[in-house]
Amino acid sequence: MWGIIRQRAACKGNHASNLEQGIRAIALRTFSSSAKQMTVRDALNSALDEEMSADPKVFIMGEEVGEYQGAYKISKGLLDKYGPDRVVDTPITEAGFAGIGVGAAYYGLRPVIEFMTFNFSMQAIDHIINSAAKSNYMSAGQISVPIVFRGPNGAAAGVGAQHSQCYAAWYGAIPGLKVLAPYSSEDARGLLKAAIRDPDPVVFLENELLYGESFPISDEVLDSSFSLPIGKAKIEREGKDVTITAFSKMVGYALQAADILAKEGINAEVINLRTIRPLDRSTINSSVRKTNRLVTVEEGFPQHGVGAEICATVVEDSFEYLDAPVERIAGADVPMPYAANLERMAVPQVEDIVRAAKRACYRSH
Amino acid sequence: MAMWLAKSRIITNFLKTKICTPNNSYKTLAGDCSRKPRGLWDNSSAAVLDFRRPESARAGGQVEAVAYSDDDDNDANQAMEFPGGRVTFTHQMKFISESPEKRVPCYRVLDDDGYPIPGSSFEQVDKETAVKMYRSMVTLQIMDTIFYEAQRQGRISFYLTSMGEEAINIATAAALTSDDVVLPQYREPGILLWRGFTLEQFTAQLFGTKDAASGRGVAYSLKMDNKEACAVAFMGDGCTSEGDFHAGMNFAAVLEAPVIFICRNNGWAISTPISEQFRSDGVVVKGQAYGIRSIRVDGNDTLAVYSAIRTAREMAIREQKPILVEALTYRVGHHSTSDDSTKYRSSNEIEHWRTARNPTTRFRKWVQTNGWWRDEDETELRESIRKQVLNAIQVADKTEKPSLEELFTEVYDRVPANLREQEKSLRETVKRHQQDFPTDVPV
Repeated sequence: MWGIIRQRAACKGNHASNLEQGIRAIALRTFSSSAKQMTVRDALNSALDEEMSADPKVFIMGEEVGEYQGAYKISKGLLDKYGPDRVVDTPITEAGFAGIGVGAAYYGLRPVIEFMTFNFSMQAIDHIINSAAKSNYMSAGQISVPIVFRGPNGAAAGVGAQHSQCYAAWYGAIPGLKVLAPYSSEDARGLLKAAIRDPDPVVFLENELLYGESFPISDEVLDSSFSLPIGKAKIEREGKDVTITAFSKMVGYALQAADILAKEGINAEVINLRTIRPLDRSTINSSVRKTNRLVTVEEGFPQHGVGAEICATVVEDSFEYLDAPVERIAGADVPMPYAANLERMAVPQVEDIVRAAKRACYRSH
Repeated sequence: MAMWLAKSRIITNFLKTKICTPNNSYKTLAGDCSRKPRGLWDNSSAAVLDFRRPESARAGGQVEAVAYSDDDDNDANQAMEFPGGRVTFTHQMKFISESPEKRVPCYRVLDDDGYPIPGSSFEQVDKETAVKMYRSMVTLQIMDTIFYEAQRQGRISFYLTSMGEEAINIATAAALTSDDVVLPQYREPGILLWRGFTLEQFTAQLFGTKDAASGRGVAYSLKMDNKEACAVAFMGDGCTSEGDFHAGMNFAAVLEAPVIFICRNNGWAISTPISEQFRSDGVVVKGQAYGIRSIRVDGNDTLAVYSAIRTAREMAIREQKPILVEALTYRVGHHSTSDDSTKYRSSNEIEHWRTARNPTTRFRKWVQTNGWWRDEDETELRESIRKQVLNAIQVADKTEKPSLEELFTEVYDRVPANLREQEKSLRETVKRHQQDFPTDVPV
């Protein structure tokens, strides 16, 4: 009895509006025969295709992007359509083809460099940071580098420690880079188009497990001129009781957690960051000023992570508005285990997010 | 079968006369070595060897084996198909030596006293170009001396001289056109000098970009553009140890990019001598390992460098392929103002190269022998350049430093909101706590 009263008092939840929201969310996902569906893979492929068609300076380079149709089939059909001069297969030398890409960008082309996963970007990190990110600044604006580095980031399933790291925090720290992390197909299309059109170097962090996932997609998104603004987060689900920030795959988990929380009277606001750098501090802070509680979610390592930066920014700008300490959900502070049962324990699960939100609402057990 | 064997023998023998082995003496620059019979293997190997990508990726012309011994005749009719091409058999187990019997010879045109070596072939240089080259070399020397001193006096923070490498700097620049994209390392200010960078501009800013790999990227773009130009990437001997060098060379060869890789082999990478940097015969031999045509040139011979680069450029553009040029020279100065090289090498050695092997003096002799330069010109030039540089330094001393705003601009194409906020915040802080901030940052 006490528990229920405390629950009602602490979280100011409104049952009726929660129900409404719940129905809307379900409608959007299951009754999608009216709306078109598109997988993230197709979203990325169509974005690449359209941007290559619109601008002859755009070209793709990487391992297996051409003949093999892309290691994850993201560049399927593009070699046939645009030829080997614009879809370039490379030897296994990330430092090599990243360097070529940067050199081509210096000269005025618009390369899209694919890393088979961002773990391999470490082979080329000097070029990403020293040759690409810093060039505009070091040359006083004379050498711009309109390059996109894209590929799957973070954990997949059973790929082990050397193939599961999330690089959002590392690249997110670098001035001169823009860092994007799409979640849905709309995100994938809009952000990739924006990235290719952007004059600055962009690190585009995809997720292998999201490639096959389908999302409803509107006609506006399907238009070839569609793009999303870089640096603007999206409020995926409005709420009043607690703010949950997430990016990439964790957005889906956060939304599932929000559904569970709704059943218990906690109305969570889920923010899809979409851009890691520049971080949309204004949207995050406005949300926290509304809900007074914050849970950050990411798959990557906890120390110096994206959540740490979000926490710092909220403490700096909205300290008086916080009613509870910030909860950080991140991957375990260990190299990713290979054993499947332990791997599951090393990445955030929906239940972890639910428990954290409850803790933030003073409802932990 | 017999006919096939006979045909193979003919082909192999034909090729042998064309092949340059490390043990043969090289003929002229544009001789046999440069004319590789293209597609000789293609017809016979096409059906069997489709392991590779189609069209441009086919390595048809580069499939000839380099013979390292002469007694293969017994096996010349035996050949095997493998991914990558046909190779002939040998029943003798022979390891290729780690070092050739003779080192790759070095192309030079002028002797140590500046006289053309009889029988040498080189690109003629007219008076105007020769004088401009010489004047630039002297300017570079004087600029180096004064800027080095300025750093010692604490007036600038850092400098790298190009002493001893004036010929490489200027002759290369002169041999290229303004369409060619140069990606310098950090010891090539002479290239900028040649291309119009003024002493005042040098003085106003210190710079140096290192990027062997970017040369390929630019070259690939030039290739896509079909431009009559090439990319030129500079590196030192030490730089060839970087993984990037390997990647750059390999990619340039595979993608058939028109880039000239110029290695300034000056004997030292800070304190690391050549013998501790690699164990190969210098850098030139690495070219063939990547399928890249290469040449070793006397880096202190202005005319030889000029000729070699002119030819390399023409080859790179006409044939759309990379070329490697190893210029042998000596780093007379310290690595930089942060180095004192007398700590790891003898002053005698440094002095010898500074005087007896000086590239500028050597070229001067040739220019003067042609009647294009007099001693009076020398005095006048040196005085004038010195005055110009000192004047430029005086002016720069009094010129304002970049304003606070410039701390935040050009990080991105447009200044993002977060940086505008940071700038605003910084201005307020500087205003409130003026005593905590230096006075040389205009707000």
